[in-house]
Amino acid sequence: MRKVKAPADAPRRDPAPSRVAYRLERMWLTPFYRRLFRVGLPCAAVALAVTWYFSDEGRRSQITDAIAEARRSVEERPEFMVKMLAVEGASEELSGDIRALVPYEFPLSSFDMDLDATREAIEQLDAVAGAHVRIRPGGVLLVEIEERIPVLVWRKRDGTLLLLDDTGHPVAPLISRGLRPDLPLVVGRGSDTPAAVAEARAIYAAATPLAGRLRGLVRRGERRWDLVLDRDQVIQLPETAPAAALERVIALDEAEDMLGRDLAVIDMRIPGRPTLRMAPGAVEEFRRIKSLEIGGSNG
Amino acid sequence: MTDLYENQRAMRRMRKQAMDRGVIAILDVGTSKIACLVLRFDGPGRFREADGVGSLAGQSSFRVIGAATTRSRGVSFGEIDTMQETERAIRTAVQAAQKMAGVRVDHVIAAFAGARPRSYGLDGAIELADSTVSEADVARVLASCVVPDFGQGRQALHAHPVNFAIDHRSGLIDPRGQIGNRLAADMHLLTIETSVVQNLLYCIKRCDLELAGLASSAYVSGLSALVEDEQELGSACIDMGGGATTLSVFIKKHMIYADSVRLGGDHITRDISQGLQVSPQKAEWIKTRHGGVVATGMDDREMIPLGGETGDWEHDQRRVSRSELIGIMRPRVEEILEEVRVRLDAAGFDHLPSQKIVLTGGGSQILGLDELASRILGQQVRLGRPLRVQGLPQAATGPAFSTAVGLCLYSASPQDEWWDFDIPADTYPARSFKRAMKWFRDNW
Repeated sequence: MRKVKAPADAPRRDPAPSRVAYRLERMWLTPFYRRLFRVGLPCAAVALAVTWYFSDEGRRSQITDAIAEARRSVEERPEFMVKMLAVEGASEELSGDIRALVPYEFPLSSFDMDLDATREAIEQLDAVAGAHVRIRPGGVLLVEIEERIPVLVWRKRDGTLLLLDDTGHPVAPLISRGLRPDLPLVVGRGSDTPAAVAEARAIYAAATPLAGRLRGLVRRGERRWDLVLDRDQVIQLPETAPAAALERVIALDEAEDMLGRDLAVIDMRIPGRPTLRMAPGAVEEFRRIKSLEIGGSNG
Repeated sequence: MTDLYENQRAMRRMRKQAMDRGVIAILDVGTSKIACLVLRFDGPGRFREADGVGSLAGQSSFRVIGAATTRSRGVSFGEIDTMQETERAIRTAVQAAQKMAGVRVDHVIAAFAGARPRSYGLDGAIELADSTVSEADVARVLASCVVPDFGQGRQALHAHPVNFAIDHRSGLIDPRGQIGNRLAADMHLLTIETSVVQNLLYCIKRCDLELAGLASSAYVSGLSALVEDEQELGSACIDMGGGATTLSVFIKKHMIYADSVRLGGDHITRDISQGLQVSPQKAEWIKTRHGGVVATGMDDREMIPLGGETGDWEHDQRRVSRSELIGIMRPRVEEILEEVRVRLDAAGFDHLPSQKIVLTGGGSQILGLDELASRILGQQVRLGRPLRVQGLPQAATGPAFSTAVGLCLYSASPQDEWWDFDIPADTYPARSFKRAMKWFRDNW
């Protein structure tokens, strides 16, 4: 029996490619065309489709709406809502001011808050030295305040009173001197620089023995202080080391009761040459007494 | 001659370009098959051309990345006779090789066996101007070679400077820098028919390829099938192809003679086909499967079924003994080998110091050929296979591919040919102007 099979001597099928097929194949093997067909054309097609899709106004707004909606739904989850404002480290009055300053209606999503802007607005307040604003877990907008502490009362030229802190920064206006009798009073232009405030506080500290008679400090020519006592007595202090000069005056006072006498001005502006000016009536009195003494001895 | 220079130099430039691009195709246009290999030049030897031939004779610089063969169409005796058919066959081979390589090839180096190659030995001599040989002197001595009239319609394919001699010292490979009075050169010139080259060029152009080099199949199969000491000491390479058998004689690593016999394996097949009354395909199959040239007693009993599709029982059941087949094949093989012998004798092969003969090509796979060849050609006969090159598929390592592999070697490191030297300086107009200046200075 002969087996039925393809004859072994049949020539191998080896058809020649047509000219076009050959050229296309060569084109396909060229890197440029290969890249063009594999990357360029798909990319171009996708870009075209996207452009066509977005060329319609309605579709564009639909998509932006959908995005905004999704964003809103995430933002308004209860985890992100802020329900109340808490102010820490501020006085009653100041915290009222701060509450009035924070522009939000609670409850509000934390995404809608600009904490930096809020903090800057709060720091604009005179009474606030520094503020931290953060959202505490539990939906609380927490404002931590570092308050300015008033150390001086400054009476301005027009008679209004202002509280100053230790850097000379205004803290709050004061309605009447009587509300803060514990704070010393300063008068005169230029009293609110940090150096002036520091000097004034040093002078006050040195003037403790005169506490009962003290009326205030007057800034002269924005460079030195006059210490004003009752009975219109004035101690003129030098530009440098005013506290030391004052201590000398106090020492004289303790030794000789100098301030108890009828003096108008004690001039310590030149520390090496302290000068006294007597009150106008006192001079007359002094002369009269002198003449009496002379007359008495004479006659 | 300048026209030839231009052509060959253009091809050299093309080859350089292809090397720079890194990919080149090898095309062996044979009578029975067309082979195409795609080479990639990226090995360590790629940029070392200044140092001469790289390691492993330049083979390390390339790798075969694509290989394809197709049944040849429209080629007979190693020459194209039906252009469209051949063009299609080249297209098939190139496309398959490109596909395997995955790159597009634009440059191709081709080899073919036919076109009636004819060898000429040329010599020339000059007196040296100053006693040291310079490059210009080499160019001048090559230009002084007397070119014989090789007739209308023929052109030079290879022109190798084979030997240089200074005064009485002969056998120099590179005479530059040597001192003497008289420089002589011997050159081997191989001419072929122009029309064949033009046909091939046309086919390759039609395939959108650029020809970057052209080589004789005889020469390149010698390059791949002969080992180095055979090339050095003198040997002949006989490439038994389908339509033509080419032979080349090498000595001192130069080809000194090449010729082609217009007989080959296809004639054996035709003899079998006629003698046994079978189709050529069947005859080819019988030849490769059962063929041989030396009969033994066993062969009388080995019966080969001839088969057939005629439907005639008696006709389809014919059998033939192997000794009958050998009886058909042997006279034709003897004829081919004797023809080769005649050519070798004419070339004076028996004067060479070593007379090694290497048989390669598809026809050399016939069983018992080496025994028959040693009776006709001499005792030192061996069967040659091409050198192993990197990346060559197993299917392309047989002796039938020695031309293709040789072309690979040729493309990697072609031997210096005539046109690779400078054009002699005295043909430049600048030189004549300089000479005129000299004449003025001497005479005024």
